[in-house]
Amino acid sequence: MSGLIGRKIGMTSIFNQDGKQIACTVVEVGPNVVTQVKTVETDGYSAIQLAYGDAKEKNTPAALKGIFKKANTTPKRKLVEFKGFETPLNLGDVLMADLFEAGEFVDVVGTSKGKGFQGVVKRHGFGGVGMATHGQHDRQRAPGSIGASSDPSKVFKGMRMAGRMGGNRVKKTNLQILKVLKDQNLLVIKGSIPGAKGSFILLEK
Amino acid sequence: MNFTDAIKLVESEFTTGKTFPTFKAGDTINVYYKIREGAKERIQQYQGVCIQRRNTDIAETFTVRKISNGVGVERIFPLYSLNIDKIEVVSRGKVRRARLFYLRALTGKAAKIKEKRG
Repeated sequence: MSGLIGRKIGMTSIFNQDGKQIACTVVEVGPNVVTQVKTVETDGYSAIQLAYGDAKEKNTPAALKGIFKKANTTPKRKLVEFKGFETPLNLGDVLMADLFEAGEFVDVVGTSKGKGFQGVVKRHGFGGVGMATHGQHDRQRAPGSIGASSDPSKVFKGMRMAGRMGGNRVKKTNLQILKVLKDQNLLVIKGSIPGAKGSFILLEK
Repeated sequence: MNFTDAIKLVESEFTTGKTFPTFKAGDTINVYYKIREGAKERIQQYQGVCIQRRNTDIAETFTVRKISNGVGVERIFPLYSLNIDKIEVVSRGKVRRARLFYLRALTGKAAKIKEKRG
């Protein structure tokens, strides 16, 4: 599965050929630099490491500086390994948005927006108590029972409760690419993708 | 390129570049709307008072209200919809608001909007 690292720019809407208004996300992908080529002989598996996004020299650890120097490029912020590029790539190669074509379907991986500590209604889609009257007081969004009593005398693992929500790695699959703007390295993807504006994303195809 | 510019650029790629006459809430307008029936395409006219314009850029819409057979009808059009063939301004209205929702409560002569002179 080949792919690229990108950045979410934001959302807008466009009109398609049928005259329908479609929500879409604008994404910047590339230029991605090949910073490492891993092979079965040297690393035990084959993969391509890509780097994207400019970083400051002073914020880059010495170990990474060595990698960027070998690839003959400037320090980057995000490094990700991809497997299964069809064309053989060499160290220092630059990949652009034209790896993708309009009409193609891709998977997008991002980090969802953090929602903080949330209750079960928002976090797990519980229905809540459902009534405001009939003796209810202060518990309209309560989780209800979390298990039986003396048998089993414990709360089962994985019981859905309130807690931190969001900020997870989320993959959205089969999103259609509506347009590729080669000069600006922009992609227009149908629908929404996880994460905040400006956050890094991975596009896989 | 910053985020706003990038989004503007994408929007400009998808707009047709069609221009419309300037109109605002209170104006009586005639919308020529394309309707596709199977393979055939025809144009339907919809005339009424524009009671609001909202959003900006590619997301901009306007609402047109008219009384059809004694029933109030409101239709919301996306301004940059490909189905809008053209928009005609029939008359300019003299109003003091950008959103004329008060028209919904009025009928007959009370719902009439004075025409702007000059």
